Amino acid sequence: MHLMYFTEQPMSAYPAEEGRKRGATALMFSNKHFDPVAGSRLYNEYLEHYRLAEESGFDGIMLNEHHNAPFCMQAKCNVFASILAAMTKRVKIVLLGNPLPLADNPVRLAEELAMIDMVSRGRLVSGFVRGGGQEQLATGVNPAFNRERFEEAHELIVRAWTQEGPFRWEGTHYQHRVVNPWAVPLQKPHPRIWIPGVLSKETIIWAAKQRYPYIALSTAIDATKKIWELYDSVAAEAGYTGGPENRGYLQRCHVAETEEKALANARQFMWMQGEFTGLAHPVWSSPSGYFSPSYRKAFVEYAVGRGANPRAAAFEDQIESQQIIAGTPKTVIPKLRRLLEETRPSIVGFWCADGFVSNADTQTCIKLLGQEVLPAVREMGKTLGLWSPFEANAPVSIAYAKGPTPAAA
Amino acid sequence: MSATATTIPEATWKTEEIRVAGHPVRLRTSGRGEPLLVLHHDIGTPDHLPFYDALAQRFAVHLPSHPGYDGTERPVWMRSVRDMAVLYQLLIAERGWATPSLLGLGFGGWIAAEMASMAPKLFRRLILMGAMGVKPAQGEILDQALVSYIDYARAGFEDQKAFERLFGADPSTPQLEQWDLNREMTFRIAWKPYMYSPTLPHLLPGVTTPALVVWGRRDRVVPLECGEIYAKALPKARLAVVDGAGHCVDMEQPEALARLVLDFATGS
Repeated sequence: MHLMYFTEQPMSAYPAEEGRKRGATALMFSNKHFDPVAGSRLYNEYLEHYRLAEESGFDGIMLNEHHNAPFCMQAKCNVFASILAAMTKRVKIVLLGNPLPLADNPVRLAEELAMIDMVSRGRLVSGFVRGGGQEQLATGVNPAFNRERFEEAHELIVRAWTQEGPFRWEGTHYQHRVVNPWAVPLQKPHPRIWIPGVLSKETIIWAAKQRYPYIALSTAIDATKKIWELYDSVAAEAGYTGGPENRGYLQRCHVAETEEKALANARQFMWMQGEFTGLAHPVWSSPSGYFSPSYRKAFVEYAVGRGANPRAAAFEDQIESQQIIAGTPKTVIPKLRRLLEETRPSIVGFWCADGFVSNADTQTCIKLLGQEVLPAVREMGKTLGLWSPFEANAPVSIAYAKGPTPAAA
Repeated sequence: MSATATTIPEATWKTEEIRVAGHPVRLRTSGRGEPLLVLHHDIGTPDHLPFYDALAQRFAVHLPSHPGYDGTERPVWMRSVRDMAVLYQLLIAERGWATPSLLGLGFGGWIAAEMASMAPKLFRRLILMGAMGVKPAQGEILDQALVSYIDYARAGFEDQKAFERLFGADPSTPQLEQWDLNREMTFRIAWKPYMYSPTLPHLLPGVTTPALVVWGRRDRVVPLECGEIYAKALPKARLAVVDGAGHCVDMEQPEALARLVLDFATGS
């Protein structure tokens, strides 16, 4: 198994009342409410959590990025990946991921990622995402071409990593006279690419066609099973058998010394889902052209307040469906067993805390996970045969028949 | 669609699909007289409007659905409003309309202005109503990316009752889906810069077509100053401001707008 630590890097240190008054804390919620003193403190706390996660036995640190919203203060995952590349020694640095459509120059991303891979001595996992709906607006990128840009930028980056330069790129959305970056990845044929997602069938199908592990982001168990049914059927068509090495899952999981405390802290997972102050705005989160056409009816109804957010569910429902797990190590382990038995992922991210959970409680959670939960999960993984892409030495993509050789450095 | 409170008799409309440069264009036609090409708003258009019927009493009115709008096939290759303008120039050539007049409503006004800049002697008359396409010096063109489908359509009306007569107080979900598809097509061709061309103002002085620029006094979508910019840049233009209307003068004050258009387009 590959067990990762994750935090959204919440920036909850802003006047919550102002957020409620505005009705949304995304995109247009003024950054006059951003307190850089608190920001500095939080960034450094998060770095300490990453250090602690490595010490506590996690295999990887999962990073992501978002823009113009307090629910995630990590505006560029490559910045934190660069810091971790030098600061950590053992953990994989798992970017889930760089939002490709937001990049006007994917070659620069290819360079940055190659640098991170070399500095970390081959510990980079370079996931790619489409970016959130509001991020298309925050960065001025056309949501109608989101998926096309994602696919083209991906192809260009992989080419930049694997094909000797210089070469010319004349694409639909990207044109480059010269692709010849003076930085190439240490890992060969290239760093692993994992694709996270929530809802869009198109992304699952695309990941399966590439033979890239798909990381289901906190979906309910039944929905997760449907994801693997779809993934496996596409894999079969593509000529390989989908298995645990293709499956990842991000689990919201807060562990504390007592059940009561764990449950109270776990409620903070609803913070970014709008229950407290992390308010999404239905129009900004779903610009036309961005979402999957198969969900058009649901999203237009959500956008005018006629329907519920297709992405959200109530706290109690998420506890019931195990999208949120909370408790002492003793009570969360059986729930994780159910997750592993029913959905068979080999990659599991632990999203420990959100919102206003204190620094001390977050550290306790990381330590308890490391001391008691991760060893139990590893044992389950062995029993169930949940071998990670590293353990199985799975090929990095459909383009390669065999797994990679170890990185040279 | 229920008619607004007008005395305009309903016209009979014919719908056909014709191919322009290999692309399907849905064209509705009604009336007899000189050809008048009418280009609709970015939110699309209801099939029938009293304003269109009023025009059909005097003109042979040709009302295409912009390709990609209102349920028509999306031209996936299209990247700019100028592409749309070229397609309509090809439509005019294909149909063989001699010296047609051209009326553009809102977003359709931008397309019309681009078309006029390409063929300064082709059109008999040019009418731009609440036209996007030029950058306001002071205000901003309302960005639909930041507001809901309903709020954006409502922003086109000074009198909300006029909106409700056409679309209902709570527009149907199929209507929302259609607005979403129309919005997506608008993003595909007018995302950045949003709703204007930085080069169009430099070409407008070459348009010698007699032009009427019409604006609703309370246009909250495209500032009235854009009307002033058009009227100043076009050598033979005058500006008419209609009271009791927002951006969608055609839907709020159909009779007043029809009168302005008829007087201007039939004038010598």
